[in-house]
Amino acid sequence: MSGSEDFAANLASRHARGDRWRLMFMLSTMLAIVFLGALILTIVDDAFGYVVMVDEVDQRSLVPDGQRLEGAGAETLRAIIDEGLSPRRYRALEREKPFDERSGADLYDIVLYEIVKPQVAETYTLFESLFERKRIVEETTRAHPDGELIFRSWASMRFLSTSLTARPLTTGVLTAVKGSLLTISITILFSFPIGIAAAIWLEEYASDSRLNRFIQVNIYNLAGVPSIIYGMLGLAIFVRGLEGFTSGSAFGASAAGEVANGRTVLSAGLTLALLILPVIIINAQEAIRAVSGSLRQSSLAVGATKWQTIWHHVLPASFDRILTGAVLAVSRAIGETAPLVVVGASTFLTQDPSGVFSKFTTLPIQIYQWTSRPQAEFRHVAAAAIIVLLALMLSLNAFAIITRNRLRKQKRFG
Amino acid sequence: MKPVQTAMYPEETRGVLSFGKRSRPHENIIQAVLVFCAAVSILTTLGIIVVLGTESSAFFREVSLREFLTGRSWQPSIGEFGILPLVNATLMTSLAAMLVALPLGLGVAVYLAEYASERVRETLKPILEVLSGVPTVVYGYFALTVVTPALRNLFGQDSIEVYNTLSAGLVMGVLILPLVSSMCEDALSAVPRSLREAAYAMGATKLETSVMIIVPAAFSGIAAAFILGLSRAVGETMIVALAAGAGPKLTLNPLKAAETMTGHIVRISGGDISYDSMDYRSLFAIALVLFVTTLALNMVSRSIVKKYREVYE
Amino acid sequence: MRLFQKNAAGSDRLDAVIGPGESEHALEAKDLSVFYGGFEAVKRVSIGFERKKVTALIGPSGCGKSTALRAFNRMNELISGVRTEGEVRFHGVNVYERDVDAVKVRRWIGMVFQKPNPFSKSIYENIAWGARINGYKGDFDELVENSLKQVALWDEVKDKLKESAYALSGGQQQRLCIARAVALKPEILLMDEPTSALDPLSTAKIESLLDDLKKRYTIIIVTHNMQQAGRVSDKTGFMLLGELVEYSDTKTLFFNPKDPRTENYISGRFG
Repeated sequence: MSGSEDFAANLASRHARGDRWRLMFMLSTMLAIVFLGALILTIVDDAFGYVVMVDEVDQRSLVPDGQRLEGAGAETLRAIIDEGLSPRRYRALEREKPFDERSGADLYDIVLYEIVKPQVAETYTLFESLFERKRIVEETTRAHPDGELIFRSWASMRFLSTSLTARPLTTGVLTAVKGSLLTISITILFSFPIGIAAAIWLEEYASDSRLNRFIQVNIYNLAGVPSIIYGMLGLAIFVRGLEGFTSGSAFGASAAGEVANGRTVLSAGLTLALLILPVIIINAQEAIRAVSGSLRQSSLAVGATKWQTIWHHVLPASFDRILTGAVLAVSRAIGETAPLVVVGASTFLTQDPSGVFSKFTTLPIQIYQWTSRPQAEFRHVAAAAIIVLLALMLSLNAFAIITRNRLRKQKRFG
Repeated sequence: MKPVQTAMYPEETRGVLSFGKRSRPHENIIQAVLVFCAAVSILTTLGIIVVLGTESSAFFREVSLREFLTGRSWQPSIGEFGILPLVNATLMTSLAAMLVALPLGLGVAVYLAEYASERVRETLKPILEVLSGVPTVVYGYFALTVVTPALRNLFGQDSIEVYNTLSAGLVMGVLILPLVSSMCEDALSAVPRSLREAAYAMGATKLETSVMIIVPAAFSGIAAAFILGLSRAVGETMIVALAAGAGPKLTLNPLKAAETMTGHIVRISGGDISYDSMDYRSLFAIALVLFVTTLALNMVSRSIVKKYREVYE
Repeated sequence: MRLFQKNAAGSDRLDAVIGPGESEHALEAKDLSVFYGGFEAVKRVSIGFERKKVTALIGPSGCGKSTALRAFNRMNELISGVRTEGEVRFHGVNVYERDVDAVKVRRWIGMVFQKPNPFSKSIYENIAWGARINGYKGDFDELVENSLKQVALWDEVKDKLKESAYALSGGQQQRLCIARAVALKPEILLMDEPTSALDPLSTAKIESLLDDLKKRYTIIIVTHNMQQAGRVSDKTGFMLLGELVEYSDTKTLFFNPKDPRTENYISGRFG
């Protein structure tokens, strides 16, 4: 019996449809990657490019004819400063560092930013600057005949090493980088030991009782709680409830005129520690679970106690994986914004955070602040800060990978 | 002459081998420390519940639950605490996100699980993971500076506001995409080989096998991915805080600005807020809704995944 | 030949060529070898399967009989790292020729697996699905009923066609899988230990089906159960370590084996 006549010959169209959909599936994958590319390109695009600078005070009016401000002698600069600076500002700067002791470059900076006050009239992105130079030059000469067109790296070493200021041209991320590093140190200090200890207990000691199952389920659920809720928790517990402790007043620390009232690096770090604790525990549990049972048995068989077995055999054998998991969690914490806003990150800091009881800001907080400003210059500043943030996260991950590989090598030969 | 005996082990000093339990105080201390560390997670949960509970109950002493849940306006300055506008905006951004994340995520998952070679898979998956590792504030920056202007160029400057839920939702979809795709891929890979073979043996093409047999068989896992993605979207904050708009508004138009629950919490708590005010307490009431919603979604998703793992194992 | 060619013209022509009695063998393997990486699981097997007969492939586990069976409808290529050499001729065409479409091959050479593997669909859809994707032009209700009747399942399930196939017992599921295969009106049915996961009663039912099914289809069955081979097959091949040791009428192979290795196996001295 043959059934062929009952079936339509449809194979060609089926294969064609298969090819079409295969393309669709591939495209959705590509789309995700294209998005990532676009994200990175946008950031780079915004972090460099032409700016049109217009001085509030014409530089030529300050110096004798035929001279330029740049390259002017210290005495000329001093004269300009004496004349142009308001007495209050003059005293403030004098107090900071006497003018007589300042270098020429320093004086030039003061003249530039305090008297000349260059303003950004227009900004362009990197791609505009590269491919539409002609249009930019034309526009500039038409709209800002006094303006100067210069290529600016918003992300620069100066940006990295300067503290926060209110102006987009002079501001830097040093304050935020310090804040991020201090905060994350607190986070690591608390979350690593507690997380790893909890994982050890759950994997090595805990019996399969109802309580332990509850703890386990609870950890999974905590891992899914939105980060902003942790912010609320931190606000209520660390900032308000433990204010005496987190503000440092219990230790007599907040003397330097800083009223941080609990909204400190310490509160921020502890909040982030709670946030990443479940992730660290889950990752560490997986790492410990991967250690073979025979290793444990052989240790117990030579008369080691349970803790000796864990300390001398299980932990060394799983430490590389524990570390990798923990670092992943930490790099998530570095990028967290919402909980820290809630905990009370400062919108503007005049002083770099110097310790755990300082007021804080962090890189993502600054990115948030700058992005939400309407002026275009701040968009470029935000892009530059994003580059710093991503670089920080990348170097952290690189550090973890290198350490892990080194530990693996030791494990093999040690 | 007596041989000199040196006792090398504690048991030997007693002259006989003892199998009795030696008390080891430091092992007990260690164990107590470990238990405490494990209990920190319980304390955290307890802390969340107590904090949200006490502040919200202070809030609900002044605002009735009915008013809170059904009121159509959220304006603390005139004492209106209806959460609907916030919930509505959250749903709009989350649904927009899922409209991006689910089809794309499923497409990625089918491609990775059914089509891609081992090598391609090993290359693509880390790239997708990078996508989920980018801080959300960066996504917010992208939504505001790239996606919104692009949408406005596409649909006209006048029809789309500078802050809108559509742009925030779309970008959030990309953020959630890696989560959805990896969970879908797990679900697809959990479908037994035998089903694939059965389909191929009947002269099915790869597409027919994947889409008509494997995807339906993995339905529960895909549903779990959707639910978890939704939960992530509901709790996501920075993208909506930057791109969706400030100020609660009850609108179904995704081209208009509207503030989500998370966006509102961040905006208000980021400003100068005095403790023990209604503004302050209302944030905890919103957070409570957020917490209960996401917790419920997470638990449903987890139980679905657990169930399908049991079916196939 | 153009029987299975991927282009539309080629696959159209298949209908004209398929017909009874054109060659002595429904399916023929020539020097068929299958490699898993470097391991040769099937070693240069040559065998011809007669039309409308049941042929059993027996041998100890790991002898390559299942691998050989899966080579006949190109199922092995779904596993990465498997390489096939030699020929499998179906209507005079080597199905491994480059322009032959595996989808088409599998559509004409059906397969039933070790464990029942119904789709997570209704009973009805389990049968109708394959026919639908393959462009069946006839009446689907009729097809479903006919197919279920061929496997003696119709009376048991006719009132619950819309229910999930997973609601059926293991034996019923396996018969459903056979029905699913015959709904495509294939020429050849490959059965890979179809009863190994079933209880004796279900096994007996399926064995008795084979007698009916062979009136319409050429059946090749792999079994580790010698008694089963003896009961259901007309011809039997004995495989050992990837080689086809002996192939003849079932009676001859069981009662008058030529190769001492076959004799050892039959008499239960190993395997």
